[in-house]
Amino acid sequence: MDAEALVIGESLGLLFAAFVAQTVRISVPYAYGAMGCTFSERGGVINIAAEGIFLHAALAYTLAAYFTGSAWLGVLAAVAAGSATGALHALVTVTFRADQITSGLGINLLAVGLTRFVLKAVFHSSSNSAHVAGLAPWNIPVLSSLPGLGPLFETPLVLVAVAVVVFSWWLLFRTPFGLRLRSVGEHPEAAATLGLDVSRLRYAGVLLSGAVCGLGGAWLASDQRSFTDQMSAGRGYIALAAMIVGKWNPVGAALACLLFGAAESLQIRLQGAAIPNEFLQMLPYVVTMLVLAGAIGRAHPPAAVGKPYDPESHG
Amino acid sequence: MKRWIGPLVPPLIAVFAALLVGAGFILTVGQDPIAVYGAMASGVFGSAYGWGQVLFKATPLVFSGLAVVLGFRAGLFNIGAEGQAMMGSFVMGVTGAWLAPRLPGIAVMGVASAAGIATGAAYAAIPGVLKARFGAHEVINTIMLNFVAAALINYFGHAAFVHETVHTPELPPAAMLTRLGAWWPPLQGSPVNLSLGLAALACVVVGLLLWRTPFGYELRATGMNPGAAEYGGTRVPAVWVKTMALSGALSALVGVNFVLGYKGYFESGFTSGVGFLGIAVALLGRTHPIGIVLAAFFFGALSQGGLVINSLVPKELVDILQAIVILMAIVSHETVERWMRKRS
Amino acid sequence: MTPAVELLDVTKTFGRLVANDRVSLSVRRGSIHALVGENGAGKTTLMKVLFGLYQPASGVIRVDGASVRFRSPWDALRRGLGMVHQHFMLVPPLTVAENITLGREPTAGLAFDRKRAEHDVEELSRRHGLRIDPRVRVENLSVGEQQRVEILKTLYRGARILILDEPTAVLTPQEVDELFAVLRGLRDQGDTVILITHKLREVMELSDRVTVLRGGRVVGECDTKDTTIGELAEMMVGRQVLLTLDKAPSKPGGPALDVQGLCVRDDRGLDAVKDVSLAVRAGEIVGVAGVEGNGQAELIEALTGLRPVSAGTVRLGARDVTRATPLERLRSGLAHVPADRLRRGILAEYDLADNLILGRQRDRPFAKGAWLDREAIQKNAVDTLAANDVRPPVPQALVRTLSGGNQQKLVVGRELSRRAGVLIAAHPTRGVDLGASEFIHRRLLAERDRGCGVLLVSSELSELLSLSDRLVVLYEGRIVFETRPADTDERSLGLYMSGQAAAHA
Repeated sequence: MDAEALVIGESLGLLFAAFVAQTVRISVPYAYGAMGCTFSERGGVINIAAEGIFLHAALAYTLAAYFTGSAWLGVLAAVAAGSATGALHALVTVTFRADQITSGLGINLLAVGLTRFVLKAVFHSSSNSAHVAGLAPWNIPVLSSLPGLGPLFETPLVLVAVAVVVFSWWLLFRTPFGLRLRSVGEHPEAAATLGLDVSRLRYAGVLLSGAVCGLGGAWLASDQRSFTDQMSAGRGYIALAAMIVGKWNPVGAALACLLFGAAESLQIRLQGAAIPNEFLQMLPYVVTMLVLAGAIGRAHPPAAVGKPYDPESHG
Repeated sequence: MKRWIGPLVPPLIAVFAALLVGAGFILTVGQDPIAVYGAMASGVFGSAYGWGQVLFKATPLVFSGLAVVLGFRAGLFNIGAEGQAMMGSFVMGVTGAWLAPRLPGIAVMGVASAAGIATGAAYAAIPGVLKARFGAHEVINTIMLNFVAAALINYFGHAAFVHETVHTPELPPAAMLTRLGAWWPPLQGSPVNLSLGLAALACVVVGLLLWRTPFGYELRATGMNPGAAEYGGTRVPAVWVKTMALSGALSALVGVNFVLGYKGYFESGFTSGVGFLGIAVALLGRTHPIGIVLAAFFFGALSQGGLVINSLVPKELVDILQAIVILMAIVSHETVERWMRKRS
Repeated sequence: MTPAVELLDVTKTFGRLVANDRVSLSVRRGSIHALVGENGAGKTTLMKVLFGLYQPASGVIRVDGASVRFRSPWDALRRGLGMVHQHFMLVPPLTVAENITLGREPTAGLAFDRKRAEHDVEELSRRHGLRIDPRVRVENLSVGEQQRVEILKTLYRGARILILDEPTAVLTPQEVDELFAVLRGLRDQGDTVILITHKLREVMELSDRVTVLRGGRVVGECDTKDTTIGELAEMMVGRQVLLTLDKAPSKPGGPALDVQGLCVRDDRGLDAVKDVSLAVRAGEIVGVAGVEGNGQAELIEALTGLRPVSAGTVRLGARDVTRATPLERLRSGLAHVPADRLRRGILAEYDLADNLILGRQRDRPFAKGAWLDREAIQKNAVDTLAANDVRPPVPQALVRTLSGGNQQKLVVGRELSRRAGVLIAAHPTRGVDLGASEFIHRRLLAERDRGCGVLLVSSELSELLSLSDRLVVLYEGRIVFETRPADTDERSLGLYMSGQAAAHA
């Protein structure tokens, strides 16, 4: 009797651990995207381009890993590609002060075309790249041997994601840079009168945003060990939603990512048995809309987000 | 500068810049840009079929472009034309298929389009109401609703789709719009259909609505300065809701071209970015119906051109060109405006 | 002694607009120097140039005798300049300490040293008698406290030359006294203060020296003790000020606007208008005086339907419009010249003709059935533009191309063309040159004589005294005084406006 209960308990535990592990893995790209978007928006620049940055970065990872054989160079390339895409967004929205939403949409369209173009030019396929190296697991004492959860702690980019969340929070809320970045997102004129360079800070926020989103792209490609056409599959928008649900706070956003990840994990496990799959699929979007409508506590975006800053605006 | 030249400058800069960047991409795959662009032009415009294809591809872009323009004019950014088009077309396809055995063809068309348009309008009104009632930003909500639309169609598709496919049952030819090829044989083979006329009509109606009616006056006033519009007796939240609904209705017209004019059924994923391209069309067309026609034609030609040059250069070159046009359109618009303000 | 600040032939242009035209100015170290002029005279622009926010087109700036070229406020701050802007430059969700140290944060390692920031701010505030809790978020502070934060911001950066732009506009009289005491203290310890203002009484009370700007040029500079309010006023406006307008005695008729027990809340949900009762009869002008921010804006919005009423009634003639929409009120015979022309009064990208029908876009003759009647709109434009001296009188010109004065004449002309029973005119001559201002005054009187009941809200006492038939003073949302212009003067009104004279006389 007792032994049987133990076995059932153990397998339930394993089942739960597997659920947690899956949830975390699904949440990883969301977390990178949400942290990235947070940096940009806290500085006053709307960034709906996470989707496009994921694609660029995933392709960059694949190309670098393919040509050098090194997965870590792939990660580096992904971060570089993410930053470069961020730089394009910053150029359009900060230097030329053009509409931030449109710029993000343009970049997302560009990414779809550009990655396919390169895929065809390099791999002569419109859908798949060649197989490339993934990141070797880290062997961390004790953690790696945890039943069910071990593989999670062995995956470098999972651990990096946790570190990035903590780092993002610290950078935004505990450092002079964070204070300055938030001030240009809330009231750029005030920041300017104190001698802060609004454009430079906004560039920093958007570039950081691109770099961190780039890690998300690296995750997608390294996890799958190849690049697939449109492999971001809307994850960039879920990341954006997580940032909103998390109220522009890295920790809140990370929790929202886990919530969305859990819904997706349930979707895979239940296969529509209890709740129709499509309803779980809708969850992130509906929750976001409810938050925006003030049904689950009011979300306040940074006051100056979306507004170009013109230092010589008359008056 | 003549009055009509000024507005043309930013779009022309955008197109030129895009072609220049595109030339760079063409060179990277070892081709001659001039030859590729030449092949594109002659391939597209060298035959009546090519023209027909361009017009067929331009038709939905006029609808989604107008949908975005209407929002812009009221100060709303409708990124949800995609989802509204999907929802409207889905209902159009389902209603049409259900009515086909029961009503004469013309009535099927009428009722199915009305149902689809109403659905698109209702779906777009959601973010309108959320903005009017709770001050929730329509950009995020329309993005979210695009994904919700996809999920909803998946869900209801289980019941509505023909077994083992992702499309609704096919309509009989009697319930379909006439193809222009039936009247002018050189266009045969191209699915360009009577929706083209509907697109032209929609441009005229939107133009009249915006500039010749009190509602249009209030709509544009709301977009320009909501405080002044309210002061002048306009119920701004009501304008938001109505404008979003009209915008959604225009988005749903995309389905008339596809469902009633081309395939005869709704197919999952057929919209493939038409809502987003509508934003590009609206921007390149300077948020004016005449500009929309020109911009839709341009994007239609570009998309047809991609197919023509696919043997020389990956056809995705065209997607890149579209994206650069969008980015350059907003940059050049902003820069030219700034320059004009500095001068005056 | 070298002057603290010297400007030589400084010119600043915005497109074709010359905001500062070869302005020269010298400010003694350890003095309080007032920079006065009407709205739009170029005071703020000049100081933004000095502070590095704007780049001058030409001219030389010297600080402590050394020629400087500030590319940003950063450079100005480093040379010991600090500026307190008219619209506070504070980041609401950040704390007092964060706002003050922003850009010069104390650090512990790589992190922001919050403890030290709070400690430093506390000490600084004690030293200068500017009491403030460094841990509070700025969004929870009163206006007077926010100004203290602004001043502390400049002192924290070691500013020895302090520029204040209209610092008293939003303060209560007590806060003004406190501010002046702080500024005198700073001067006495050798700092320099430049005060931008258009309130001449403050100039006389506080400053050592004064420079007058008009139309972007310097028109006078002298020691304060050598001049008078009258002389300064004359320099400011360019000629003898007419404080009285020729007007016939009013012949009031029946009630046009009747307000009983009105209560209105502001955006934060606090009571802004408290139990106000007020009647305007046909054919009279009732003036509302008060320091800005004492409920005027909320009162006007409630009367025009732009803000809900929390208690009380509003009647237009015989009709109760307490719950009516703005459109219903307009149609019941209300006209409204809004306080903020740019935010409420005009549609900048519409042409003059379209602007002139704002509020009547659904009414005959401009709307016929479902359509706008372009001909009627055009004809109305030609007539109204001519009658109101709007220049250029071109119906197809865009409103944003008009000068401020002409935009205001357009708004006034549009509202008068409604030939309404009640006109609510809020700051009708704000930011308008003297010629346009006189024109508008005459039009308002003519409207009164036609039989319209006019409620005139203004912060210019001279305007209220010369136009009104009756006057009320609004203080903290209540009517605290009611009188006739002939029975009062600016001084005694000022006492009521500042809450120093209480209760009804």
